[in-house]
Order: sequence, then structure tokens, then C-alpha cells
Amino acid sequence: MSEKTYSAGVKEYRDTYWMPEYTPKDTDILACFKITPQPGVPREEAAAAVSAESSTGTWTTVWTDLLTDLDYYKGRAYAIEDVPGDDEAFYAFVAYPIDLFEEGSVVNVFTSLVGNVFGFKAIRALRLEDVRFPIAYVMTCNGPPQGIQVERDIMNKYGRPLLGCTIKPKLGLSAKNYGRAVYECLRGGLDFTKDDENVNSQPFMRWRNRFDFVVEATLKAEEETGERKGHYLNVTAPTPEEMYKRAEHAKDLGAPIIMHDYITGGFCANTGLAQWCANNGMLLHIHRAMHAVIDRNPSHGIHFRVLAKALRLSGGDHLHTGTVVGKLEGDREATLGWIDLLRDSYIKEDRSRGIFFDQDWGAMPGVFAVASGGIHVWHMPALVSIFGDDAVLQFGGGTLGHPWGNAAGAAANRVALEACVEARNQGRDLEKESKDILTNAAKSSPELKTAMETWKEIKFEFDTVDKLDVSHK
Amino acid sequence: MSEVQDYPSRLSDPASRKYETFSYLPEMADEGIRKQVEYIVSKGWNPAIEHTEPENAFDHYWYMWKLPMFGETDVDRILGEAEQCHKANPGNHVRLIGYDNFKQSQGANMVIYRAHL
Repeated sequence: MSEKTYSAGVKEYRDTYWMPEYTPKDTDILACFKITPQPGVPREEAAAAVSAESSTGTWTTVWTDLLTDLDYYKGRAYAIEDVPGDDEAFYAFVAYPIDLFEEGSVVNVFTSLVGNVFGFKAIRALRLEDVRFPIAYVMTCNGPPQGIQVERDIMNKYGRPLLGCTIKPKLGLSAKNYGRAVYECLRGGLDFTKDDENVNSQPFMRWRNRFDFVVEATLKAEEETGERKGHYLNVTAPTPEEMYKRAEHAKDLGAPIIMHDYITGGFCANTGLAQWCANNGMLLHIHRAMHAVIDRNPSHGIHFRVLAKALRLSGGDHLHTGTVVGKLEGDREATLGWIDLLRDSYIKEDRSRGIFFDQDWGAMPGVFAVASGGIHVWHMPALVSIFGDDAVLQFGGGTLGHPWGNAAGAAANRVALEACVEARNQGRDLEKESKDILTNAAKSSPELKTAMETWKEIKFEFDTVDKLDVSHK
Repeated sequence: MSEVQDYPSRLSDPASRKYETFSYLPEMADEGIRKQVEYIVSKGWNPAIEHTEPENAFDHYWYMWKLPMFGETDVDRILGEAEQCHKANPGNHVRLIGYDNFKQSQGANMVIYRAHL
């Protein structure tokens, strides 16, 4: 017989959910939260409250608690650590038994981990810093539809990063003029062009017209250059039914790749679309609109490394990661950390990169890191050095803003990229010798020479807002 | 600002066709090719040589020259095979590949002899 008896009322969370003696199991989902408690709330109580509210707990004891084995199902706060350089906040580590979560459902995991608990009054701020997905859970998810290795084979791109460009202006072009911009970029030497995330199916350019013209542009550029090309056709739509309709048309036209916004579109839509892509031999490019709302505040929200893991589980072949060097936020070491989490099969805990847990992806394919936003030819050596080969480098203004037009801008970027890869393979230091490498390459490319003159002075040197937690901050 | 220049690529001009990595750079000199072979060897990849008629270059599969040189680390022997392939197929593109068997992919792939049209 059970020894428990029902006694109504409010218990201290730590009596049930603080378990410093607990050793996490290999199958547990582990989370690291950064907690800023309300004044006067002890750390153990705050940590226990977070694990309770993100798992089995509610604010008061209920009699139905006794109809199940809550000691098995509860989340367990098993460790607390100081946050370097921060006197108020602390890290709390919580272990969740795997059967709290539906198999293959990123939706379900996040509904628990970042659900009601984030509005909980006993804490002033809360941030999900990292999640360890056990291999047992990873194996229930489909992951990237194709992965890096298959995409290289389909697109016939080896031994270098891929090159892309987002078509601008982001809003207002007619479908036919838009297709022209695509054609010029691709014939000049880019591998991919991209729909801007805001481009869905507005009155000025309905999706079907855009798809038809863009695929014609892509096929002609392939014939002209003899190389394989693609354009990320954005199928993000108001409803799943409409999304699939657009995806089917892209496939019927022979497009190799489509695109989705996984946060505004939602994990449910994204996971479904990724499975559709896997079933239909399509590549899937993922944009991350809305991420900065969630991940930029250092004390509240979800760190991007967690959103990146969520995408790898939900499914996508490319994910925007920030550039380190361009116009958008991104700390170098932290960025390198989540790039590894996207691409590698086993990533060790490394606090210097903000990685709190070992992460084993098993056989789940990797995701290309996409660097996009305010980059131009002068950034190329640093980008090749930082990102390595398994990345898509996307120059929007840095292609379309070339004084001679998109084809010349594309050629300039392609020449710069290949010169950097050749130099790297020769063992040269790209970041130290960048000027020399580019200047030499420009001797045989008037397009590159002109690009270098155009963007010589443009830099984006603002300090990063979301830094890694270090004591000398 | 300099005068706008045309980008003269044409469907009708076979010289407009490219062939992936390094095809936007000038043709590599012998010393440059040697360095790329050294890179492939230093990575532990398996060198291989393939070739094709320029009009079939878009295909995924080119003609394999013999078999990939599994475990070959002698740069001169690798360069020698590439040269033999080029001499036997003078009108063909010849490409050098580094097979990365751990990633099940190609770590390097570049045309080192270009067919002149």
C-alpha cells in the first residue's frame, strides 16, 4: 500500500522537485535555465519551482496527484551554478524523464519546457540556455529532409561553401521583374537565390506567378552556366493546406528547393513540411524571423542554440545562424558553438562556446549554416575562415548593389570565394592575408575589382548585446 | 564611377559554361595544382581522376579514369595519373576529386585540365 496520504494546501516546491542527489539518466531530457528569482526567493526553491511548473506541478496539491506515480514523472532540479559575472541570476539544471514527451514532437517538448513557467511570478526572468536531447529522443524525430551530404550530391557542389543572395527590394516587385533579378544573379555564378522572408503571396506578386517566372530563370541560368542552380521558393503560408499547395507546385515545376519560416510558421507546420520534403526529394531552406524577439535578451527567453537544436529535430537543410561580421547580432564564439550543433554528429560540452551539455545526434543529418545580412566581398576571407565549407554565404546588397548589376555582383562574389578557398587549401591565413588574396584575385576579374572599390569602407562594428556569460563582462 | 560593363555570358557561347569549384579563377598553373593535391593528401582523402566531353559536363557522372587511388599519398604519382588521363583524352575536361569516405562525400572536386573550345 502507498504510504502517501492526501493533505490539501500549498507545499514548498523544493520538498518535491529539488533533488541534488539525483544522477540524470542517459534517456532524460536535460535543460539548463538561467533564473533571476524575485528578491527573497531562495535559489533551490526557484529552481524547484521552474522544474515543477515545466513538468508535473501546479500551485497546490490536488487529490488526483495520488492516482499516479508523480515521483517518476516529475522534472528534477539536480544542480545549481553561479552565472559568471552576474550576482542575481543562477543556472539551474533540470532533468525530465523521456516519457513526459510525445515522440518526434518538438511542439510538445517546447510546450512543456517554455510554457507557463515563463510567466511564473516567483521568478523575475527566465532563460532556457541549453537542452540536451538524448539520442533515444533524437531517433524519434525525422530531422533534416536531405542533409548536407545529400544536398552536395544533388547540387553537385563540393569543396567550398555555397553562395546565395536574397532578392531585393524585399517587397513590391512584379513576378516577372523579380525573375529577372534571379536570372542575373544565377547566371553570374551564384548557386542559390532566395525569397525574402516577407515575400509570401501579396497582391503585388502572387506566389504562383513568382514560382513560374523564377523556375524559368533558374533553368535558363543552369543551361547557360552548365552548373546546378536553385531558388528558395518561400512556401510559408497562412494555413498548412495552402503551404502544401505551394510546395506541390514548386515540385511540379522542377524546383530543387523550397523555403519556410519555422518560428512564425510554427514547429507543427515546419515538421510536417520537412517530412513532405523528405518524401518528395526536395531541399528545405529555413528562415528564422522572430528569433531575436525570443533569443536576444540575455536574461529572459530562449537562447538561439536551443532554437537551432529545435530546427535540426523538426527538420530543415539550411538555417540562418548570423554572420559574426555583418550587420546583425552575433558573438563569435557563441556562433561557432551553434554552428557545430547544427552540423556535427557529436558535440562536447564547451562552456567557452556556451554549450552546456554533450549532444549526440547519432545518424541524424546535418544542417548547412547560412550566413546572411550586411556582408560583402571584403568579408569573404573571414567568412570562409569562420564557417568552413558547410555553409551558405548570402550576399544580398553585396550582390545586387554592384555598380554593373547582379550578374557582375555575383561573379565578383564567386571569384572572391574561390580565391579564398584556393588560398585556404594552400595553408594561407585568410584573415591575416585577406587584402593580398582579394587584390590578387581582382587582377583577373574586373567585376571583383569594382566590388572591392564600392564596399571598401563599409563596416558594422557595434558591440554584441547577447554575449556569453563571462566574469569580466 | 566607372563605366558600366556588360556581363557577356551567352547560351550560344560554349565558353560561357562553367564547371564548379575554381572555374571562375584563371586556369591553375602546375604549382597551383600540386598544392591542391597536397591539400587532398593532407586531409587523408582518397584522390580520384574523372573526365568528360565538355558538352556532357552537366551530368553527375563523368568517365572514371581507372579507379580512385585509395590510400595514395605520393603527390607525383597522383599528378602523373592526371596527366596520363589528360594525354589520353586531350579534348576533355579532367577533374581531380578527393573522396572523404568518413563524410561519404567529396571533400574536393576541381577541373585541373580544361578543354579548350
